[in-house]
Order: sequence, then structure tokens, then C-alpha cells
Amino acid sequence: MQLSTRHLLGIKDLTPDDISLILSTAEQFKEVLQRPVKKVPSLREVTIVNLFYENSTRTRFSFELAEKRLSADTINFASSTSSASKGETLLDTVNNILSMKVDMVVIRHSASGAPHFLAQHIPAAIINAGDGINEHPTQGLLDAFSIKEKTGKLKGNKVAIIGDIMHSRVALSNIYLLKKMGAEVTVCGPPTLLPKYISSALGVNVSYNLRETLEWCDVANVLRIQLERQNQVLFSSLREYNLAYGISRKLLDGLNKEVVIMHPGPINRGVELDSDVADSKQSIILQQVENGVAVRMAVLYLLSGRKSQEH
Amino acid sequence: MQVLLSAKELNEAISNLAAALYKAHRNDDEVVYVGIQQGGAVLGANIVAALQKLEGSKQIQYGQLDITFYRDDIRNEILTPDTMNLPFSIENKIVVLIDDVLFTGRTIKAALDVLLDYGRPAKVELCVLIDRKEHRQFPIQADHVGKTIETTKTDKVKLVNGEVVLL
Repeated sequence: MQLSTRHLLGIKDLTPDDISLILSTAEQFKEVLQRPVKKVPSLREVTIVNLFYENSTRTRFSFELAEKRLSADTINFASSTSSASKGETLLDTVNNILSMKVDMVVIRHSASGAPHFLAQHIPAAIINAGDGINEHPTQGLLDAFSIKEKTGKLKGNKVAIIGDIMHSRVALSNIYLLKKMGAEVTVCGPPTLLPKYISSALGVNVSYNLRETLEWCDVANVLRIQLERQNQVLFSSLREYNLAYGISRKLLDGLNKEVVIMHPGPINRGVELDSDVADSKQSIILQQVENGVAVRMAVLYLLSGRKSQEH
Repeated sequence: MQVLLSAKELNEAISNLAAALYKAHRNDDEVVYVGIQQGGAVLGANIVAALQKLEGSKQIQYGQLDITFYRDDIRNEILTPDTMNLPFSIENKIVVLIDDVLFTGRTIKAALDVLLDYGRPAKVELCVLIDRKEHRQFPIQADHVGKTIETTKTDKVKLVNGEVVLL
């Protein structure tokens, strides 16, 4: 079986079969990561560039580790320390890197659509590591992997995505993926942070009430308030946000069930998630990070096949 | 289509291999058996079941090994991996690798690479049902063979409806 696409630009372009293939392959890579030698020779002849035009800790380390565990050669690019700060265009930068015989490009960019643009202009396989407020497909995949690992399934699960939906690429990738795999999704947050037509456009439930949403769901994926992407005042203060939409121990203890708590990181402790929730047994936040490496290995492995055919 | 082993002959070959393994390792404590996905894992389960009857109360350790990530032709085609399951240590043990057909030897070479990423076995032996001896591309030979057959390079040996056939 093969993926129906040669790039991973977004979950939007994947079929349910693609998603199942990536998740089942990731299970095998998770086994690799438990071995004494946590490495396989699969991508020995492949060179990968990690182009990060935006800050990242988890995603960048996770991709880099995934590449190393597959025996690929890697080079890292951070826009702050590169010629991009001298005014070089994205396409020029990438073409210069590709002329050094690079096979795959992992890109994070603050402009939505940057990976799609590259895919139209260069022959290498492109993997989107987050583009603006569009998608973060590997996060969607690792979240799905973690939900499946914890609850045993995706289909029929009730998943709430809570917080800054408007500015979140994690939310969009999660919604596309969960809907394709037959889960039910509710987005919850203040009206100013929920896109107006999201319910009809993406087929999700909308709620402004955190307690009701938590009563409904099996899994709560809690998002960070993205102050860096907000150019107007969308709620009065972080304190007020915490009171209305922050998840506290007291709130969870008042429910008649145990909801699985997820967060893509970085956490603003005391804003969207209180510390005693983030660090509790209910939370699978660190498992998400662990699974991220296996899921990214699966994506890189499955997309590495048609290497340099068009070069 | 030519039948190489009828269902009856296949069962006999499995019993004979089990008997040979029993004889060879009767006095060894630390022996583990590992079937190579997919054909070898199915065959391995049958051999180990027959062997378990001979061993009686001594519990046999049996795992399955997948070579997908270690194939030397991986760039030609990306294949979906099978399950890898080695729920025991192979450190300083005798490992008996089991495969259905020994052909070029490339699968076994990859399987040895996988094994060494799990530890350092004292010894590795190879047990195969069918040996297509004249087509080897690596210096690899089996220690226990069910049946050696002559084939042409383009022939395919498959298990179909409980019989081993030449296509």
C-alpha cells in the first residue's frame, strides 16, 4: 500500500486510507523506539532539510530525531541565522539548498500556504511542519495516534477542541482528521476565537460553555492562546480567559467521568490549563510528544519512496 | 503449477524440522525461535507448535521478526511494515531463524541486521522449509532444511491452500 500523495501538505488532502496507513506504520516505528538500538537504516540514502521560518522546540526536535532514527542525513535551517534575514526569497533559498542534493524538505512558515507554494515549484517531497493558521498535519496525526492508543479507536469518539480555534493550525488539522476517521468533534471557546461559519463549513459542533463540552466529550484537546497571532483584543484578559475557559482540577473533579486531556504544547500554565491538570494522570501530553517521533518517522518513511525521480 | 509438497508432505516436513530442532537443541537451555514475516512467521508457529509437543513442559519462546525497514531494495518500493514482536531478550542466546523459502539470501541478511539491533546472540541458526540453493546471492546457508528444490530464477514458490507449489 502507498500514500495517495507525494507530499504532506495538509490532512485535507489525505484519504482515510492514507491516515490509517500512516498510523499503522507509526505503530511499528514506536516499537523501533523501544529497542536497544533505536534506529533503522531505511532512509540511509536520503537527505532532508528542516526549514524553520518560525520558532519551534517540539516539532523541530521531533522531526530531527525522527530523521536521525531513520538514518537520514539532515541539515537545519533557522531563518533568524540565515540569508533570509538578508532578503533572499523562500524559493531562492530552497533552490539553493536543493542544488546541494537534498531529497525532502520539512518546512514551517508563518505564511499559510508556503509548503503548497514550494510543492508547485520544486521537485523534492515537501512536509508541512505548520503553515501560519492553516494546518499542522503531523500534529493532527500524532494527536490521532495518541487518542487511538489511549482509547483504542478513533471512530465514534467524542473529541472537544478547546480554546483559540481561530488562530490554530492544530485545530484545523485535528478537525479534518477526526471527521475523516468518523469521530465527533465539538469546538469550544469564546465567540471571538471561533470562526463564524466553522460549524457549517467543517461539520463540527460549536459550544461556548466549557463545562457542558467537558460533560459531552471523551477527549479534550486544549489549545494555547496564540497571543503572537492576535492583532486585536479578542478577550479582556488572560485572567478572565482562565476563569471562563481554563481547565482546573476542580472543574474536572466535578464531572461524572474521566476525560483524557491533551495539549499540543507549549502550555501557558494557569491560562488554558492549570498545572495540577497538565501534570495529572488524566493528561497524555508527554505521550503525545513521544508518539510524535514515531508518527513523523512514518510520514518520512512513506514519502521517501519516489526519491529524485524528477531530478 | 507444480505441487512441490502436498498438504500431507508439508505436515511431514514440519514434523521432521521440529524433530531435527529438538534433537539439535535438546541439551541447550537458552534457545529462542524467531519466524520471519510473513511466510516464515506462519511456518514458524507451526514448527514451534510441533516442537512444543516434543519438549513437553519446557515453554518455548517464539517471536516474529519483520525486515521491511532493513530491505536493501527499499528505494525501489516503499512497503508497509508487518508486526515486529520479540518479547524476550536474545542476548547470549541461540536464535533459530525460521523462514519459508531460502532464495537469494537477501532476506536472511536483512533479518540478521534486525537481530543485531536487538542484542548480541551467542549463535544464530537458520531453519527453512524450501531451499532454492542454486540462486544464492550472498554466502548464506541453512542449518535445517525441509526440502531442497531446483528452480529457475523467475519461478515463484508459494504456499497455496495448504500446499507448497511452484508457479
